[in-house]
Amino acid sequence: MTRSAAVAALLAGAGLLPAHAQSAWAKAAFDGKSIDDVIKGLGIAKPVESTDVTFTAPDIAENGAVVPISASTALPGVKRIAFLVEKNPTTLAGIFEFTDAVETSVKTRIKMGQTSNVLAVAITGDGKVLYAQKEVKVTLGGCGG
Amino acid sequence: MSDPMRIRAQTQGGGAVVRVLMSHEMETGLRKDAAGKTIPAWHITEVSAALNGKTVLTAQWGTAIAKNPFTEFVVKGAKAGDKISVSWVDNHGDRRTDEATVA
Repeated sequence: MTRSAAVAALLAGAGLLPAHAQSAWAKAAFDGKSIDDVIKGLGIAKPVESTDVTFTAPDIAENGAVVPISASTALPGVKRIAFLVEKNPTTLAGIFEFTDAVETSVKTRIKMGQTSNVLAVAITGDGKVLYAQKEVKVTLGGCGG
Repeated sequence: MSDPMRIRAQTQGGGAVVRVLMSHEMETGLRKDAAGKTIPAWHITEVSAALNGKTVLTAQWGTAIAKNPFTEFVVKGAKAGDKISVSWVDNHGDRRTDEATVA
C-alpha cells in the first residue's frame, strides 16, 4: 500500500475522511445555516415560489425528531428536490436526485429543532429553481443539543 | 454491523412504489452524552437506489434526516419480479446494500 493510501485508510478509520460516492457530497450546502447559505452552497438561482411544486407536511409535528414530509411535481425536467428547514442548525436536510426512471416525487422523514418554515425546492436540469413551503409547528424539538 | 434495510416494492399503475426503512442512528453531532461530551455526527451521506442494476434515484443527506430514515419513491415501468436494490454510505465510510423483489 502506498504511504498516502495508508494515511487515507487511517483517516477513514478515524471517521475524518468524507465518504466517496456518486457525486461529491454537497458540503458547502449542508454546512449552510440559512436558506440563503444553502442556495449559495448549491450554486443555484434564487428559488421562485410555485404552485407546480406540491409539498405536504403536518401542521403540527408533535415529535420534532420524526417529521414526515413529501414533495412532488408534474413539471417536466425536474432533476432534484431539496428539503430545507429554515430554523434548523443546518438548514439543508437532504437532496433527492431523480433519473427519468422515477417519478419526481419523494416522501421522507426529517428532524426539526423548532417550529420553522420547511421548503421543498425543485431544480430543473436547465437551472430553474421553484419551491413550495409550509410552516410546521414543533412541540418537542428533535435535533438534540 | 447495522440491521438490514426493510424494502417493500409493490406494483402500482405502470410502475412500483418503493418504501425503504433504513436502520441508522443519524446522530446530528449536537447531542451531548451523560458526561457532557458532544456525541459526534454520524449519519448517512449518500443513498442510491437501482432497478435491475441500473441507478434510478440518488440522494445526499445531512444530519436532519430522521433516525432510522424512511424513504418512499415510485419507479416507472417496474414489473413484478424486478430487483430493487438500495445502498447507503455514511460519514464513517460504512456502507450497506439491501435488495428486494417487486411484488
